[in-house]
Amino acid sequence: MTQKQKIALAPWVFTIGFFLLWEVGCRVFHVSSFVLPTPLAVAKAMWEYRTQLSFHSFHTLWMTLAGFAIAVVFGLGMGLLLGSSRIVHAGTYPLLVGFNAIPKVAVVPILVIWFGVGWMPAVLTAFLISFFPIVVNVATGLATIEPETEDVLKALGASKLDIMTKVGLPRSMPYFFGSLKVAITLAYVGSVIAEYNASKYGIGNLMARASADFNVPLLFASLIALAVLGVAMYAVTAWIEGRMTGWAQRSGFAAN
Amino acid sequence: MNDAFVRLDHVQHVYGGEGGVLAVEDLTIAVREGEFAAVVGPSGCGKSTLMKLATGLQFPRAGSVVVGGEKVTRPVKMAGMAFQNPVMLPWRTTLDNVLLPLEIVEPHRSRLRREKAAYVEKAEALLAQVGLKGFGSRFPWQLSGGMQQRASLCRALIHEPRLLMLDEPFAALDAFTREELWCVIRDLHAAKKFTVILVTHDLREAVFLADRVFCMSARPGRIVAEREVNMPRPRDLDVTFSAEFSDIVHELRGHIREARGVH
Repeated sequence: MTQKQKIALAPWVFTIGFFLLWEVGCRVFHVSSFVLPTPLAVAKAMWEYRTQLSFHSFHTLWMTLAGFAIAVVFGLGMGLLLGSSRIVHAGTYPLLVGFNAIPKVAVVPILVIWFGVGWMPAVLTAFLISFFPIVVNVATGLATIEPETEDVLKALGASKLDIMTKVGLPRSMPYFFGSLKVAITLAYVGSVIAEYNASKYGIGNLMARASADFNVPLLFASLIALAVLGVAMYAVTAWIEGRMTGWAQRSGFAAN
Repeated sequence: MNDAFVRLDHVQHVYGGEGGVLAVEDLTIAVREGEFAAVVGPSGCGKSTLMKLATGLQFPRAGSVVVGGEKVTRPVKMAGMAFQNPVMLPWRTTLDNVLLPLEIVEPHRSRLRREKAAYVEKAEALLAQVGLKGFGSRFPWQLSGGMQQRASLCRALIHEPRLLMLDEPFAALDAFTREELWCVIRDLHAAKKFTVILVTHDLREAVFLADRVFCMSARPGRIVAEREVNMPRPRDLDVTFSAEFSDIVHELRGHIREARGVH
């Protein structure tokens, strides 16, 4: 087996090994399924609750994507504004940092008071938790335009808008798409937190109810569902990033 | 001199407001239309400031800047620029990089979409002229430094500017590539007759290319000497080994030494 094949095989071996170890460990030490169910029990629970799990996963996916979409639009606009005006940047940055410092769990109760229990708090929490990295990245992309590039364009009589569309925007795209990977993960955290606290649907809500029932296998089944969904969303954004900004990933350092 | 195309008259420029750095003071320089002028000087003498003043990227604290018969109050729209760093946009192919000025400068801007084919042809002809035939579809980061600098020259010239500003464009290249590019710019200038201001610290480069060489003093910069280079054109690289050539280089070196205050 070549080194390359070994590397290709490693993730599978380690993942399967992890679950095997878990299964064997639970059996050997007679761990109660109340504390830590075996992977087999979790798989059984996943099958048993498959309709509920898929229904609530779908709901969570929706909440996350809705919040994420708002964050993308808002983050891109805000980032462009911050990156193109130093006054706006200086003025709003402390506010943004301060706002970002608030743990978003703490915002959920306020959202519930405003909008009641339902989809609004989940979407808004997903949005609030995930827009910050997009803003910062887009603004950074714009702020780091080479002064020579700007001079070349200005000496041609280019307007600020010209410079923004010809250079600023394309230049900040790798930063933007890079930030999406972070943002989608955060949005996911946000929607699950909100569902746990203030929703009738979603994986978060399913977990809240499973926890009240001491249904530990279902809790773990939900966790697995969350993991699968999270990886899928991350993979999609990473794939989009690669497709959109191939020119920015030309170094062998990043590719290998 | 009234026939000057670019004229800076007793110009003073300060960076960073009150108590800032005095970059140039009492700077007077006049460049004729179609002339190849070179500006040499010790590092930090305000050569780049001169470029920015002449293109309207900066405005003088005192004195006046006139380009093409008009006082400069905003960026002049007829200038092409090339720098030590070729600053190509990595998401555009080399051809699209060369076409960039046409997307900004009128009348090309409004024509570009309709007459794309003609413009592309023109850009490809220009690329061929600098030895980049067939490289238009490559991305700039797939080209060597020298090739990128050639493409950067094309970008500076595609809109047929009347004024070409070169800020140490060959400084980062190896000696052989540099001399090749001297010949490229020499031929382009001979063919198109635009006005060139070349800022450089390479005296041989200045003497080989220019009709006139201006020496600047250390900061605050001003012109301390001016030397006509009357060697006949077209000049071959061999002239760089002639006695006349080295005499001029020596003379300029003397001026620079004085300008730096080293005797």
